[in-house]
Amino acid sequence: MERSVIDLWVGIFVALGIAALLFLALKAGNVDSIIKSEGYLVSAEFDNIGGLKAKAPVKSAGVIVGRVDNVSFSNQSLRAVVKLNLDKQFQFPKDSSASILTSGLLGDQFVGIDPGGALENLQDGDRVRITQSAIVLEKVIGQFLYGKMSEKNGD
Amino acid sequence: MIKTTDLIQISSLNFSYGESEIFQNLDVGFSAGKVTAIMGGSGSGKTTILKLIGGQVRPQKGRVICNSKVVNHMKHNELFAHRKTIGMLFQFGALFTDLNVFENVAFPLREQTALPDAAIKDLVLLKLHAVGLRGASRLMPAELSGGMARRVALARAIALDPSLMLYDEPFTGLDPISTAITGNLIRTLNDTLGITSVFVTHDIKASFKVADEVVLLSRGCVTARGKPEDLMESTDPLVQQFVNGEVDGPVPFHVRSRSYREDLALEQSENIK
Amino acid sequence: MTLFKTMLSKLGRKTIDSLWTLGVASTFIFRVIARSSIVIRRPNLLVAEMHFAGVLSLVIIIVSGLFVGLVLGLQGYETLKRYGSTGAVGTLVALSLVRELGPVVSALLFASRAGSAITAEIGIMKTTEQLSAMEMMAVDPYARVIAPMFWGGVLSMPLLAAIFSAMGIIGGYLITVVVIGVDSGAFWSQMQASVDFHHDILNGVIKSVVFGAAVSAISVYEGYASVPTAEGVSKAVTRTVVTSALAVLALDFVLTAFMFTGAH
Repeated sequence: MERSVIDLWVGIFVALGIAALLFLALKAGNVDSIIKSEGYLVSAEFDNIGGLKAKAPVKSAGVIVGRVDNVSFSNQSLRAVVKLNLDKQFQFPKDSSASILTSGLLGDQFVGIDPGGALENLQDGDRVRITQSAIVLEKVIGQFLYGKMSEKNGD
Repeated sequence: MIKTTDLIQISSLNFSYGESEIFQNLDVGFSAGKVTAIMGGSGSGKTTILKLIGGQVRPQKGRVICNSKVVNHMKHNELFAHRKTIGMLFQFGALFTDLNVFENVAFPLREQTALPDAAIKDLVLLKLHAVGLRGASRLMPAELSGGMARRVALARAIALDPSLMLYDEPFTGLDPISTAITGNLIRTLNDTLGITSVFVTHDIKASFKVADEVVLLSRGCVTARGKPEDLMESTDPLVQQFVNGEVDGPVPFHVRSRSYREDLALEQSENIK
Repeated sequence: MTLFKTMLSKLGRKTIDSLWTLGVASTFIFRVIARSSIVIRRPNLLVAEMHFAGVLSLVIIIVSGLFVGLVLGLQGYETLKRYGSTGAVGTLVALSLVRELGPVVSALLFASRAGSAITAEIGIMKTTEQLSAMEMMAVDPYARVIAPMFWGGVLSMPLLAAIFSAMGIIGGYLITVVVIGVDSGAFWSQMQASVDFHHDILNGVIKSVVFGAAVSAISVYEGYASVPTAEGVSKAVTRTVVTSALAVLALDFVLTAFMFTGAH
């Protein structure tokens, strides 16, 4: 084969490959996750985080406003400390609350933020005071059974 | 058997391929400016000598000296420089199958020189003309006959004007015309270019016609070295058997085995292998 | 008892041989990589080899990717139908392809088509003394022939894997949305929500680069180390395909364990 024809075909091949990669990245993938926009960190403490992992979404009113940065345990308060990376374009009042919710019935867990009514907004390094821990299914079932049993016994 | 006029000197050489010993204390030399034929039975190490000269294999012991330099002690760069002065013709040509005739001959020029395309074209046509194949320059190696392929390979081997030409079985498998052409080319190239040529062969008739000197190898050492006429008149039975093509002699017809009667179970023997 | 002993000693012998081969192969590959600067100085050689390995594999990759996507879509739909989550079929197809099937299957196909061709090419060059001829012309066959083939393979693999995955997603789309009638919006939006660029796509690309290096290394080594006869070359080609397949699957496990388990 002539040199130039080979070059042409390899050029087409590489172009196809890059096009495929772009297709995967843009059409199939999450565009937001490529561009890391500016964010600010706030922390929140929970009694139980359930199955919450780093990179889990932080949603408010159902819209993703950030990602969980990391999850750790505090030796002082003996509670879970979750660092939330919130997108700078979204501001929340200082008295907003954070809850750990489950998407759907059996889905992944995420952090939901309910806005409060304070005049000042959360800044980088602030702490969310009001938190709601994850609903641990076993405890709920346990409570339900306990409740049922005490009903029976009470009769 | 080394002379002072030798371009190549191999001294006290031991060489084995793994377990099988090919040479033990080999001493042989090749005269400068002459055409020398290396002959011998199969497995006598003829091609190995070519490989030793080219530095493709290293001996376990001994030295291969070419142009006053020790080949088997050469480092990478020296070996490269050494090989640029040698042209080697392989048994079946070893042409690059994805390049046409022209590109094959141009290959060493493109790789080793920075000559412009026009100069390369002239040189390639010159070399092809020398071997009579200027008209075949656009053909692919697969379209060539055995003899033609070898001639192209020869043109490629002389592309950089080497001072030493090595030929591995140049006549094997060729028809009488191609054999004559090849022999003629070896002789003419040697004389007109003033180089040294060494070739390995079985063909007594063709080589004796062309060679100035013949080296006969047998059982890992040099049995004879001299002019073709001298070998023809030699009284050494090994030389006689080889030169005259005798069926039996110092190189036996029968491979080592038990006696025939034993094999046919007519006789019992203690040595049951 | 002696039979048992012979079997054990044979096993020991085989293990030692395999380790020895691994050592020789590693030294060989290091040498190839050491002589690889030519690829930058003479990109023509690399381009020629990318044509040999990559372009000529395009057809099988595209067609196979399409078929795999079609099957994934079909099977995925049938299974998800039972849970009423057919909208997630886009996610299923995309994640399966990008994380696993894309890199792995295209690596296996690459090994069978391009890897075997590379082994055969080098093996034949060795058998017909072309490599020796090159050496005697003071041209280093490692730099001139082998390194470009190795890097041609390494560079072609990720591109082929991406094309495979893309074709697979298109295949999944065709069968589920166009033929069966799953909602196109659900297909793409669910997919986009669950396929993470860094976690899934980038890891898939890393996998395909690693597989490309492994398959290319094996192909090139087997060709170079082949016995210089017709039979030797054909055995080497078989070994390339088999060893590559095993290596790809083993590496896939190792990489998946690193990348996709709770290590984050």
